[in-house]
Amino acid sequence: MNFDLDADERALQAGIRDLCRGVFPMSHVRDLEASGGVRADSWRALVDAGVFNLRRSEADGGAGLAMTAAVIVFEELGRALVPGPLVDTHVTRTRGAPEEILVLHDRQEAMIPYLDVANVVAAMDAEGLWLIRQNEIAAQPVPQPLDPLTPMHRVTSMPQGRKLVDAAESAAIRTEATVLTAAMLVGIASAETDLAVAYAKERKQFGRVIGSFQAVKHICADMLTRAEVARAAVYAAGVHLDGNGDGDTARAVTGAKLLASDAAFANGKACVQVHGGMGFTWEIDAHLYLKRAAVLAASFGSSDEHAETMAASL
Amino acid sequence: MDLRYSESDERFRAEVRAWLSDAVPKLPPKPGPHDWAARRAWDTTWQRMLHDAGYAGINWPAEFGGRGASPTEHLIFLEECERAGAPYVGVNFVGLLHAGPTLIAEGTAEQKARHLPKILSGEEVWCQGFSEPGAGSDLASLQTRAVLDGDHYVVNGQKIWTSFAHVADFGELLVRTDPDAPKHKGITWLILPMDAPGIEVRPLRTIAGSSEFSEVFFTDVRIPVENRVGNENDGWRVAMVTFSFERGTAFVGELLHSMKLVSSLAELARKIPRGDGTVWDDAGVRRELGHIAAELDGLWHLTKKTITEAERTGVPGVGGSVFKLSYSEVRHKLGDLAMKVLGSSAFAMEDGEAADHVRGWIHAMSISIAAGTSQIQRNIVGERVLGLPKEPS
Repeated sequence: MNFDLDADERALQAGIRDLCRGVFPMSHVRDLEASGGVRADSWRALVDAGVFNLRRSEADGGAGLAMTAAVIVFEELGRALVPGPLVDTHVTRTRGAPEEILVLHDRQEAMIPYLDVANVVAAMDAEGLWLIRQNEIAAQPVPQPLDPLTPMHRVTSMPQGRKLVDAAESAAIRTEATVLTAAMLVGIASAETDLAVAYAKERKQFGRVIGSFQAVKHICADMLTRAEVARAAVYAAGVHLDGNGDGDTARAVTGAKLLASDAAFANGKACVQVHGGMGFTWEIDAHLYLKRAAVLAASFGSSDEHAETMAASL
Repeated sequence: MDLRYSESDERFRAEVRAWLSDAVPKLPPKPGPHDWAARRAWDTTWQRMLHDAGYAGINWPAEFGGRGASPTEHLIFLEECERAGAPYVGVNFVGLLHAGPTLIAEGTAEQKARHLPKILSGEEVWCQGFSEPGAGSDLASLQTRAVLDGDHYVVNGQKIWTSFAHVADFGELLVRTDPDAPKHKGITWLILPMDAPGIEVRPLRTIAGSSEFSEVFFTDVRIPVENRVGNENDGWRVAMVTFSFERGTAFVGELLHSMKLVSSLAELARKIPRGDGTVWDDAGVRRELGHIAAELDGLWHLTKKTITEAERTGVPGVGGSVFKLSYSEVRHKLGDLAMKVLGSSAFAMEDGEAADHVRGWIHAMSISIAAGTSQIQRNIVGERVLGLPKEPS
């Protein structure tokens, strides 16, 4: 048993963290609102870093890495709040989708994110996963999306498309997307903790920094606690998908998504609260984390659905 | 990362499992909760059996008579004990998990030789005299006074929350030896012989109805200087040293037991009639159970993470306070949900499975208080992990 990052994994983590700091500082992330969440140059940096080919075999031009490596990478992408259909493009390319920007879409869902920047939509339904060219879809843009960095369209019509994989493979893709979305949520939950703690160390009221007050300190401690427990669960889910788990894989995945969603959502609200009035302004980043958490928490199964799945496993 | 156990770990598991399946049925019936003499005998009998089989002090270093097991083996051992329904440490709690490790780290050769073998064999039971009526969360403000008189300390004062005091042979005692020094700098750690004249033990009845805790009163109790562990006025550091011995396994037995309770509560909910169906038809109940199960699974994974990080670095990480905080919360949720699921079946404490859940609900209230309240844990996480400044006193 070894549930600790090895030297390669720590190097991967440091590498992707550096890339995010260099290419996706918050100023750039905010700029991406103007271009539908993706801009060619910074997307290219992700492609070049191997974010989308990470788990493809070396023969197919990938790095041949495991799910746990992808979990580490997507945690950092979440921490940096990098927008775009990152998980979607990664999980489908790993299973043979074309090298384009791709959005994964549940065919029953009315909303579809990042449609303006995607080349391809992969629609999931009971029979499998279907590829549809972006220009074959009729949809209306949402004038004011909840998350300014996750633009949305309302779908009016969508053709059946070309089948990429069957239902079993589609379910596997969905499982992987669930875990990597959970990884992003854990990164967001940690970033929210860091943001709140930094503000609590700097903001003064009543003549001292507010982080010295237990009323504020305890909010921060709860934030860290939620993020740490969720991280352990998400790493464990990755280990299970690599076939190195110690229990029920489906349960590990669903529990990880549940904890990560709840951690990022609750920490997002706590982060706004710690910032007080400033937290309610557009200028402070707290709302961007909270809104992304809300979008990702509702993706690949809501917390209620995952809680039902957990209960059914008992 | 790999959550599977190695071949040698699996061999260890098989060996422990085989021994437990043979040993547990040999235990006499468990005595009633109020028969303390019998409880001590039962717990120490089990300790003797562990000792004779080479499992006593599973995580103690071999040079002090322990098994010298790795944290992973310790985890496996606790997993197998829970699986086999083996007793937990019981009255041996303080000796095995606290006093023994303190003596290993800070005791003299004589102190080690005198006490460690008997703690391991179940011949010596210890209790802990740390908290006082006026020193709970602010433990360092303790007032029980010890004054040097020749080759003895003379102790006067009062302790509280002393687990198993009425069946203990020795106690770990923190006393004030320098009332003029800053509060952390005037404390001394003493080995207290419970048969010394001047000690009065008064059991406390808890909200669980039981009496494992006592108040202990000291009137001119004479303790030989040779019973001092560490230097005079260095007792706070000695008391804190023990915590570094703990490498993420303190709550494993608790956690595994809670996982069992969740499964049992799901079964009960499927059986207990409500409305036209059962409690299980209530989506609110199912989802809350799902959340609790996910949180306990998460804590199980966090335990493994803490343990393997400790194996790499040799020191416990920040996992302890984070774990306890989160575990306390989830135990409260589990207990509260059990009360909702049980309805009026919770009103009769003698009924088997339901009563386990009611006792669990009451137990949750001690988990968020004992060994550092959740509020103190949040201060520790906030200050030592997140680096937030202390609240000015």
